[in-house]
Amino acid sequence: MADSPSYNANRWQRFSDWDKRPLRLDQFAVEDPENGFSAFSGAKDPKPGLAITDGKITSMDGVALKDFDMIDAFIAQHHLDLDVAEEAMAMSSGDVARMLVDMNVPRVELTRLARGMTPAKLAEVVAQLNAMEISFSYSKMRARQTPGNQAHVTNAKDDPLQLGADAAIAVALGFDEIETTMRVSRNAWSNAMACCVGSSVGRAGTLFQCSSEEAEELEIGMAGFTSYAETVSVYGTESAFIDGDDTPWSKTWLAAAYASRGIKMRCTSGAAAELLMGFHEAKSLLYLEARCLCVQRGMGSQGTQNGGIDGAPLASTMPGGVRELMAENLLAVWLDLECASGNDARHSESEIRVGAKILPFLIAGSDLICSGFGSILKYDNSFNPSSFNGEELEDFLVLQRDFEADGGLKSVEEATALSLRTQAIEALSYVFEDLELSTPDENMKRSVAVASGSDDTDSYLPRAVADISDQIKDRAITVVDVIKSLHKGGFIEEAENLLFLVKLRVSGDYLQTSAVVRDRKIISAINDPNMYQGPGTGYRLSDERREELATIRDVLDRESVLRAEAIYEPAESKRVSYHTRGPAEPGTNPAEVVIALSPGFGNTLFRTLAGHPLSRVIGELKAGIEGEGTTMRIVRCRHTADTSFLGLTAAGLSGSGVGIGLQAKGTAIIHHKERLPHNNLELFSNAPITTLEHYRGMGRNAAIYARGDMPDPIIVPTHGEALGARFHARVALTYAIETEMTQDGASPELIDVRLTEETS
Amino acid sequence: MTGKPLSAADYPLAEKRPELVRGGRGKHLADLTLEAVVSGAVTMEDLRITPEALLQQAEVARAVGRGELAQNFERASEMARIPQPVIMELYEMLRPGRATDKQALMNAAQRLREEFQADILATFIEEAADVYENRGLFTARY
Repeated sequence: MADSPSYNANRWQRFSDWDKRPLRLDQFAVEDPENGFSAFSGAKDPKPGLAITDGKITSMDGVALKDFDMIDAFIAQHHLDLDVAEEAMAMSSGDVARMLVDMNVPRVELTRLARGMTPAKLAEVVAQLNAMEISFSYSKMRARQTPGNQAHVTNAKDDPLQLGADAAIAVALGFDEIETTMRVSRNAWSNAMACCVGSSVGRAGTLFQCSSEEAEELEIGMAGFTSYAETVSVYGTESAFIDGDDTPWSKTWLAAAYASRGIKMRCTSGAAAELLMGFHEAKSLLYLEARCLCVQRGMGSQGTQNGGIDGAPLASTMPGGVRELMAENLLAVWLDLECASGNDARHSESEIRVGAKILPFLIAGSDLICSGFGSILKYDNSFNPSSFNGEELEDFLVLQRDFEADGGLKSVEEATALSLRTQAIEALSYVFEDLELSTPDENMKRSVAVASGSDDTDSYLPRAVADISDQIKDRAITVVDVIKSLHKGGFIEEAENLLFLVKLRVSGDYLQTSAVVRDRKIISAINDPNMYQGPGTGYRLSDERREELATIRDVLDRESVLRAEAIYEPAESKRVSYHTRGPAEPGTNPAEVVIALSPGFGNTLFRTLAGHPLSRVIGELKAGIEGEGTTMRIVRCRHTADTSFLGLTAAGLSGSGVGIGLQAKGTAIIHHKERLPHNNLELFSNAPITTLEHYRGMGRNAAIYARGDMPDPIIVPTHGEALGARFHARVALTYAIETEMTQDGASPELIDVRLTEETS
Repeated sequence: MTGKPLSAADYPLAEKRPELVRGGRGKHLADLTLEAVVSGAVTMEDLRITPEALLQQAEVARAVGRGELAQNFERASEMARIPQPVIMELYEMLRPGRATDKQALMNAAQRLREEFQADILATFIEEAADVYENRGLFTARY
């Protein structure tokens, strides 16, 4: 509010309030199918169709064979299974849509039908599902049963020490995969070695990729530093594909090249890429993505990173854009692909939009819920800020806990975090020195160990990193050299963990669909298939995993409340003493106010929710009451801890008929003996924001009521704090402590409260 | 390989059928130990996937209804025998506008057959050549 409010505004000021919300930084676009701005209904989206003559496709989705572009040709050749196509294309899209949400229709029956459907048919089917149905179907259709997650590990300086430390943290948080990239492309080898060493700390089996130029990425993989890749991009229009400098055939070649080197690979595609590149052909996001995904299945890619990806923010400007991102993820899993389901590039400045977007995936589960959860701070994310970042990591942990939904992550204790960081930094520093790449000093190491982000480090700068990176590349250092070096430096566990990871490529087990490593074992869509068939089936939290999700930082329990109170007891005992003087008698003095204290007040509990010592509260009430020439008398109740009944008991004993009920947590009430229990004179229910001044005002008002006058009621102003969220756990625990102290039929006792000089 | 094709029951091969798994120079998985790496007995060559392993994974993929993934592994199996520079050279040639006529790709296919006995890859490149010709992709882009 302005200092001097003006009433001459020409708009309702609420709009000005709304203008200031982060949401208003987001841009929104009108639906414009001609210009590619349509999530589900492009101006030129074709009707589904497939003509087969003599076992050969002669037209698909309204395009005749002779007019096939290279994407049509590839889909016809490599995706469509003619043994299924006639049956699948003849089915009504509505029926297939219902099968997708029917828990009694097995997943494998639907993945079989998808092999015979054209892109337009697949899109037409999923477009019939609303957001909840898409999420439910996704949960049923995703390939691997156990959900997982992927982290970005990057920083603004390409500092290898920080990469190592942050990789170790990502591993501890439970990420199945970590992905790095560089600010300066020639730093790729340094980034790769740093993350590779860091990810070997604490646990074996976290897959790692270094997103860089195609040829270099393969070389880094062949040197053994990385174990997977997801940079094989696919587009839904021919022009966009060519603009991306590839064809479905060149990408298929690359996919096989990764497999031939024992490196796990998935493709990337996502809504609005074609629109961003200027080649949308007036087709909808969903239809183009259906084409991308059919290409990927045809390529023999085990999986995809999709769901908008870099185009997610653009897709989200359109009506239904976010629902479309969900729909394309569903297409991916229906086509039997591993799905790293986007939730990557942050689509909004609104935390509400971000939280809402993640929820369907969190509760449905996904092979990799985020295809890049920023495990580092936003400014350190060399891809771009993610939906969730280092800043919001604990929000995600709490969402897992709230919904008892496995997002693949778990908490890391403070002490553990620091020791893991230190271990990663020491391991990497040793390798750097041993391989004569560089010698980091103690200050560099220490700065990285404690830093939240690269703004706070005093470590490597990009120029020095480029030097390290060039040496790794030029001297053809491999992961075997790193393993030997770790061993030599006494980092035996890290050496073992790294060897474990490199050995995975020998059998190639992790090349199969949706493969990740858990407890040193490969789990994939083959040996951990999603078998959802309704309640009680599919992925369910084990007791151990549920406990992990429940374990977050700073949780309250009864003992911690009592412990915290006990800390205040010695100080309170110097300020106040309570002396019981026998049963309280009804008063006769018309100029008195009686205060009834709750059972635990001052003997078990010592401060209000606002943190005021109870002695000070009594002191303020006393000052307020006596300031009006009235007398204060204090009793303790043991028959109730309820504010209203405390107040009414006090009023009943008071010579004036006016009393104050006061709970240890600071909730207070002014009551009159002739009023109904819940029809009080004044209630101070917001104890956490009630100040000492308010308590003094309360004492004063009680005195004014006592002499029969009407004071200005005391208003405790709130500023919209979610007081329930902030305090109710402690309120409930504190109140339970008091209610347990009550005894039926116990009579109020007169209390002589002696305040020391300091308080009174 | 002998006997019935591998299936889901054999997967993961490293756990269920370790006797089938060999490193790049024929070593057993159990011999790929940290001690052997440290002593120099195990090198990067031993930690490579073999053409045979890729064919085994293709069998498993096909057995669980993933024929296209199996084909990818079969292409990869042929590629595992091909040196990296050749793989990258052919990748480059498959990118739009790199080959300026169909014959260049047909020659590449022939080379794959003759030099590397890579029939699957050769056929794949020939298929690409036909599509590229139809779509006018033999135009230099830069």
